[in-house]
Amino acid sequence: MTLSEEELAEELTEGPPPAVPSRARVVAGRFFRSAQGRVGFTVLALMFLLAFAGPLFSPWTYTDKDFTAFMQPPSARHWFGTLQTGSDVFAVTLRGMQKSLVVGLLAALVSTALAAVVGAFAGYFLGWTDRALSWVTDLLLVLPAFLILAILSPLFGPGQWPLFVVMLALFLWMVTSKIVRGMTVSLKEREFIQAARYMGVPPVRIIFRHVLPNLSSLLIVDATLNVSSAILTETSLSYFGFGIQPPDVSFGTLIADGSKTAIYAPWTFWFVAGLLVVTVLAVNLVGDALRDAFDPSSSRKGPR
Amino acid sequence: MNPGLPEGAAPGPVLEVSDLHVSFGGVRAVRGVSYSVRPGEVLGIVGESGSGKSVTTAAVMGLLPPGARVTGSVRLHGKELIGAPERVLNSFRGKSVSMVFQDPLSALTPVYRVGDQIAEAVRVHQRVSKETALVKALELLELVGIPRPAERALAFPHEFSGGMRQRVVIAMAIANDPDVIICDEPTTALDVTIQAQVLEVLKRAQAKTGAAIIMITHDLGVVAGFADRVLVMYAGRPVEVGGVDDIYYRARMPYTVGLLGSVPRVDRGGRQPLTPIEGNPPSPAALPPGCPFAPRCPMRIEACDEREPPLFEVGDGHRAACVRWQEVRPGPPAPPGGGPGPLRVRGARTVLAVRHLVKDYPLVKGAVFKRRVGTVQAVAGVSFDLRQGETLGLVGESGSGKTTTLTQILELTPPQEGDIVVLGHDIARLSRAERAEIRRDMQVVFQDPLASLDPRMTVHDILAEPLRTHGRRDPGRRVAELLALVGLDPSHAARYPQDFSGGQRQRIGIARALALEPRLLVLDEPVSALDVSIQAGVINLLDSLKARLGLSYLFVAHDLGVVRYIADRVAVMYLGRIAEIGHVEAVYDRPAHPYTQALLSAIPLPDPVRERSRERILLEGDLPSPANPPTGCRFRTRCPKFRHELTDGERGLCVRIEPEVRPLGADQGAACHYADKREVV
Repeated sequence: MTLSEEELAEELTEGPPPAVPSRARVVAGRFFRSAQGRVGFTVLALMFLLAFAGPLFSPWTYTDKDFTAFMQPPSARHWFGTLQTGSDVFAVTLRGMQKSLVVGLLAALVSTALAAVVGAFAGYFLGWTDRALSWVTDLLLVLPAFLILAILSPLFGPGQWPLFVVMLALFLWMVTSKIVRGMTVSLKEREFIQAARYMGVPPVRIIFRHVLPNLSSLLIVDATLNVSSAILTETSLSYFGFGIQPPDVSFGTLIADGSKTAIYAPWTFWFVAGLLVVTVLAVNLVGDALRDAFDPSSSRKGPR
Repeated sequence: MNPGLPEGAAPGPVLEVSDLHVSFGGVRAVRGVSYSVRPGEVLGIVGESGSGKSVTTAAVMGLLPPGARVTGSVRLHGKELIGAPERVLNSFRGKSVSMVFQDPLSALTPVYRVGDQIAEAVRVHQRVSKETALVKALELLELVGIPRPAERALAFPHEFSGGMRQRVVIAMAIANDPDVIICDEPTTALDVTIQAQVLEVLKRAQAKTGAAIIMITHDLGVVAGFADRVLVMYAGRPVEVGGVDDIYYRARMPYTVGLLGSVPRVDRGGRQPLTPIEGNPPSPAALPPGCPFAPRCPMRIEACDEREPPLFEVGDGHRAACVRWQEVRPGPPAPPGGGPGPLRVRGARTVLAVRHLVKDYPLVKGAVFKRRVGTVQAVAGVSFDLRQGETLGLVGESGSGKTTTLTQILELTPPQEGDIVVLGHDIARLSRAERAEIRRDMQVVFQDPLASLDPRMTVHDILAEPLRTHGRRDPGRRVAELLALVGLDPSHAARYPQDFSGGQRQRIGIARALALEPRLLVLDEPVSALDVSIQAGVINLLDSLKARLGLSYLFVAHDLGVVRYIADRVAVMYLGRIAEIGHVEAVYDRPAHPYTQALLSAIPLPDPVRERSRERILLEGDLPSPANPPTGCRFRTRCPKFRHELTDGERGLCVRIEPEVRPLGADQGAACHYADKREVV
């Protein structure tokens, strides 16, 4: 373009500033334009709505027992049927979903965030930061996670679920963190990181603005997988009687109980299991769509 | 026979390509290429990236991936090769037709000795014993100018330098006395002085084998001195074919004219603006309906868009694909050099001063117990200064220490030895505030625009980053301004860097550097990754921005033509030291250091007549290892003056004492004990 055209263009820019096309806005736009993203997000939102607003419409709470109906199939009175104790399956399933959704999603987010931050700091700063963080990572890797969670489980009394989330997350992040560290070391040499450094961008901001977004594919896949593994770990802990303690319930306790009666009373098992599958599926859809939205090259598959 | 090509009386063509089409899926990469070469003839194929020149060659060699559809005809000695079975193709590959690739490292197998690889090339096509093949390999190594061939034949490829490797590849190419040698960008990866050596070797190889050479390149200079005929390709088809003089002096296709006009030349002083070709080459998937060049053509008329023009016969053996060929005139002839221009008065304020800068890297060995086995002196005492409003070009071949110098300046950490003063602040004693201030006032533009822009950020975020970092709120308007300033559409701010072409990306890189209105811009090879026609636009942009915004540039490049065009002063580096420094016109017109002289004379000019009549100063050998530089003058091991002109007594001084830069005239200084000015371009 010649100089005159540049100057012309310069004058044309006088006007109301256009909408600022920053990364967050573009990524959000791309996320909601994809069918996957919309479906996944809607399903996940519906699940939350169901878990937290659903109990308001049910005449039963998860602690109520109907002593006139044990082990009854779904009916107008008990939408999902009842358990052997007379509990309403609809009420306990929703209660369990509240716990599992919150625990699963939060544990996954916390563990991936931890992995990203520890790995990126170790890889970016190297030296003593790297050594110290690597020691911690290695230490946690060799500790038997299940045993420790089991030992600590008496602490997870009622109202202590945030602690449970932290403990779950604490044993999920190490391997990802090692991968992130390695990728950061190679990313650090790239010219755009150098460019940011020479511009005077502080290192911590470089990590959050340049390093982590460029690892977003890895991190999102990791977080998606972690949601299912956090729900499943919680499930298996609860199955063995650790984790969520009665009278509170979670998907884990419900599936554990339901699997015993699944053959002759399918409603005790299949509603819970179905909701778990739908949740994990929705999370995966959201993860996929988010990864595509972050990756600028994903929407153009054909030759340019 | 191909009717349009000149019928030489002497032997018929060895290789004849007619109406070759190649398509990948629905994308037509090559659309009707025809040419023929006779024995001993050199055909240059010139085109920018994406013009289909490499695909054409791969089709000729039968090396295309299975998905490609090839139609047309390729005849070697009258034998059709398209559609021939693999067995037949193998019998001529490497024997009748051989190839020299761009990257000599990947063309050689890393785990075999060089001598064995050449011997293998011989034995594939000739029934000879291993010993005979090895003897032949040694002869070939000798022919391509590898010193001590018997010894070097036992070395592995990684022990060779780039230039030496390319010689080995040429030796393999001529091992079986081929009839056609296809060279695909054979010197692009090499430094200028090494390029001159390799071209010399190619000429020798051709003289020995009498083969025809097809030289594929984007460098119009290389072709000018080497080719007999030139074929210019654009968007997958030839747009002009003719004798080398016809193409360079009587071009009839606006694209060729534009290409020639956009090359910055070392032999032209006095700042005439380059004439870039507007726009970008079309994507082969979406070609315009008419002439593919029409959207960029300054002479476009309505007829251009109707249908694609055929190749018109415009002279004897000269054909061009333009409906208005009669009106096309080549650019104005090169005005004579005109001697050194008036020396400008240098600005008063110094924005950057480097004094006796030294940077060593330790060479360590061992994995567990690291021990120091030596020192690489990347920079060994470099001094220069840059004044307000001035451009200093820092040139040198790879390994000369120019990048290390740059990194030292940009890191803002105290140098190992010497001083760096940026914008009045000594960087060894910087406070936090001063450091932030320098980070704002000194910006950098990198070589590879794609690598230097975060692929995950939108252009808006990329340009807003420096603004936010230095505390400017609401960068939206400024971003639009910046995009307009570098000639991009402000509405493109929501796109990602990968959606832009190379030249546009570099403009984004420049816009980012300009965001904070810096005073000093450090440019690290800013145009070397771009095609010629795009490069000219970026150079013009840099030049106009400098004048408008009062910037100072530190411009690092290996292309001396670009530096002559943009710089006021130039510093030539060799092995970590400055060989010559001074005003551009003075240094280019009458270089005083033997290295500068050799460097300038090694650059091929896009001017066939001058190229043929030029006397080259060829440097021998490679750059010495910076871990073990020669005593005294670092250049003496390759210095033509030291070898041929000096007496033994005079040489003693060169061996003992390392020369410092001494002033020679108004604004010129050279680090040579026996500096004497000479015209070489």
